[in-house]
Amino acid sequence: MMMQANDRQSEAVAGVVDRVVAHYRGDPSCMVQILREIQEARGWIEPAAIDRLQTVLAVPRTKIEGVAGFYSFFHTRPVGRYRLLFSDNITDRMQGSAALLERLCSALWIEPGKVSEDGLVSVDRTSCTGLCDQGPGLLVNLRAIGRLTVERIDRIVELVRDEVPLADWPAEFFVIEDNIRRADILLATPFAPGDALRAAQARVPSDGLAAANLRSWREGLPTGLGGPAAMLDEIKRANLRGRGGAGFMTGLKWEACRNAPLKAGQQRFVVCNADEGEPGTFKDRVLLTTRADLVFEGMTVAAYAIGAQRGFLYLRGEYRYLLDDLNAVLERRRRDGLLGSDIGGIPGADFEIEIHVGAGAYVCGEESALIESLEGKRGTPRNRPPFPVTNGYLDQPTVVNNVETFAAAALIALKGGDWYAAIGTRHSAGTKLLSVAGNCSRPGIYEYPFGVSIRQVLADCGATDPQAVQVSGPSGVCLGDAEFDRCIGFEDIPTAGAFTVFDRSRDMFEVARNYVHFFQHESCGFCTPCRVGTSLLKNLMDKLHQGCGSPYDFGEIEKLNQLLQTMSHCGLGHTACNPVLDTIARFRPAYERRMRQQEFAPAFDLDRALAAARQMTGRDDAGAHFLDQEA
Amino acid sequence: MSQTFTLDGLSIPFTEGETIIQAATRAGVFIPHLCYHPEFKPHGSCKLCTVKVNGRHTASCTLRAAAGMVVENNTEELNAERRALTQMLFVEGNHFCPSCEKSGHCQLQATAYHLGMMSPHYDHFFPDRPVDASHPEVLLDFNRCILCSLCVRASRDVDGKNVFALSGRGIRTQLIVNAKSGRLADTDFTVDDKAAHICPVGVILKKRRGFAVPIGERPYDRAPLSETALAEAVSAREEGA
Repeated sequence: MMMQANDRQSEAVAGVVDRVVAHYRGDPSCMVQILREIQEARGWIEPAAIDRLQTVLAVPRTKIEGVAGFYSFFHTRPVGRYRLLFSDNITDRMQGSAALLERLCSALWIEPGKVSEDGLVSVDRTSCTGLCDQGPGLLVNLRAIGRLTVERIDRIVELVRDEVPLADWPAEFFVIEDNIRRADILLATPFAPGDALRAAQARVPSDGLAAANLRSWREGLPTGLGGPAAMLDEIKRANLRGRGGAGFMTGLKWEACRNAPLKAGQQRFVVCNADEGEPGTFKDRVLLTTRADLVFEGMTVAAYAIGAQRGFLYLRGEYRYLLDDLNAVLERRRRDGLLGSDIGGIPGADFEIEIHVGAGAYVCGEESALIESLEGKRGTPRNRPPFPVTNGYLDQPTVVNNVETFAAAALIALKGGDWYAAIGTRHSAGTKLLSVAGNCSRPGIYEYPFGVSIRQVLADCGATDPQAVQVSGPSGVCLGDAEFDRCIGFEDIPTAGAFTVFDRSRDMFEVARNYVHFFQHESCGFCTPCRVGTSLLKNLMDKLHQGCGSPYDFGEIEKLNQLLQTMSHCGLGHTACNPVLDTIARFRPAYERRMRQQEFAPAFDLDRALAAARQMTGRDDAGAHFLDQEA
Repeated sequence: MSQTFTLDGLSIPFTEGETIIQAATRAGVFIPHLCYHPEFKPHGSCKLCTVKVNGRHTASCTLRAAAGMVVENNTEELNAERRALTQMLFVEGNHFCPSCEKSGHCQLQATAYHLGMMSPHYDHFFPDRPVDASHPEVLLDFNRCILCSLCVRASRDVDGKNVFALSGRGIRTQLIVNAKSGRLADTDFTVDDKAAHICPVGVILKKRRGFAVPIGERPYDRAPLSETALAEAVSAREEGA
């Protein structure tokens, strides 16, 4: 009997693995997608599935286990049939997530991070899920639920206990709001799918010899500066800079990719970075929900400009629930002749977009780590140079841009570079989407022309008594009220989009500590300074939190920061100390309150060390505690 | 080799495509390193070989030399940073030099001496990393692993076996072996593999060879790391030539 059950099970595993692998043409470079789909079918990545994969993909087991072990959402051990992940961003905490997590766990009789003994449910925390304007949020089997309340939690407990299939959970649980509070060109320009492509193609004559219009004299040159090159010119004239945070000139990036030589059999690629992992950011989610056509069209415009035939949208695993809708948009665009072969009736204008879904790794937002992940590997940032524009996806020329950058590119194709350049400021053309959350009465998406002041945003979003604003998330900058007249823009405060407000009731030390935990959790572990440094930093912040802080620890934090900034491999390590240093500089009293000792104090605490013994004995009375002199 | 760059004031010649550490080594200048090995594709993860190029920190094992670069290497600032990185490697693992068979032949230990590391400085993490003694000829003591991935590269690129890989993420990154059981005995690893001889620390150890060379007579007991590394690079080059 036992034997038969085992046989049936391995047949089922093999069936799933073979189906998924066939769908991905047996291509090991699709490893992340293959593992994701196997897990979606089987609940976890079981050893039998790895056995089968090893055979059918003909790759070493280490490759599969190395990839499966890297991503937070991949499970190589059994997990609950209901997998509940609480978003653990500071805004979720401010909205009461900790108490809700505790309520859920005690009602279900489980501990965070563990699976219930019957295998029914597991509960854990995860990095920011991008629901800060409607938190606290959680993911249940990677479907998002926002606006958690005691009532919702209690209902979830019942649904889990009754083993109600997710499809039958109340639909309103899964309603995610767009909360667009201020719309400008990106969110409000009327746009029908294909408009931008038609405008891009209409801008030049089909033979590239005589200018159809005289907007650009270069279009008339018989040197091949026809269609695509003219499109590139518009992007350059628009002064568009990348919206992912670094702000590189998009036109230069596209041009470098277009000019990169192709070896035999190579092609160019367009990659849209929708791995929106910065805590506090959710603008890409809203763009993908409300303006997916604009984003895909921007990618197609990029493909047209650089001569690419394939593109990828790299969607973060936390947004897995958007996948079906986005695929439906792609399918419609294929039907309408806006993707596929001979787009817009132009022979040879071929472009296809595939969606790759991430699996819970913030570092994959870094473009070279994203490409590694696209190639089915661990998401470790590459050594650079060479850069992706020459040696990107599968070592071929690749443009990687943010979701918002592609949406802007589509508008530039539609309305021209000069129109775009006239919006915003001299060094920061266009508009910026801000994901506003925290202590304000109207959280949501605000689109402003560049140059808007922090104070203006605070007024618009209904921030009362703001003490600080974290701009661009933990890797950005924390500003105090003396700096609220500063402006959003590359010449002053650049941002990828997060705008998190903290009022005077908030403890900025705890804000920084939450961010440090985030970086420690998300460090890829490749380089020594980041892998160990973020862990040391976390330990020091926890030491201060536990009341064992001294000026010595301050000094240590500063030294670690220096090391992380100078020695780390990528931006994650370079910026991991920013929230700590910013808050020390601006909110020093929040730290000084924790300086219980003037001389060094050890982090070891005897009473805390007894916690395991207390748990094992089920005792928590006064006699089970070590009382120090203060108590 | 007409092109040169400056390293701590010395003029260093280089050929096109050579990295800073390659050119420096050939010129007889030692740059501390752990994950770099002259015979393997650079990894760039330990960051010990970080130098300052025109004022900016960068790993010298991955950056190609360019004419006119001004490189700082043996400065108090860089050595202090390298010392801190070395201390980090000590506290994230479980390193007990006095009882380690690799003592005196361990690059991590020798690097610590080279950089004047007097204490671990940071609180130890005390990770739980069971040893794997399953293989008849080789012992794996993961407690000493510094994740340099030299065994990964040697097994993949030279032995063609892929016995080793890294799994996990962040501080939980760990070395794994290519077997369903996770045990070295269940792989095709042999003591003749290149990967069996590459570990710079005491993870991959041959069994029954303990103290074949007595403590006090081991390579780094006789000459400091800086001399030994340069001499090894010279002999490797001569063998290759």
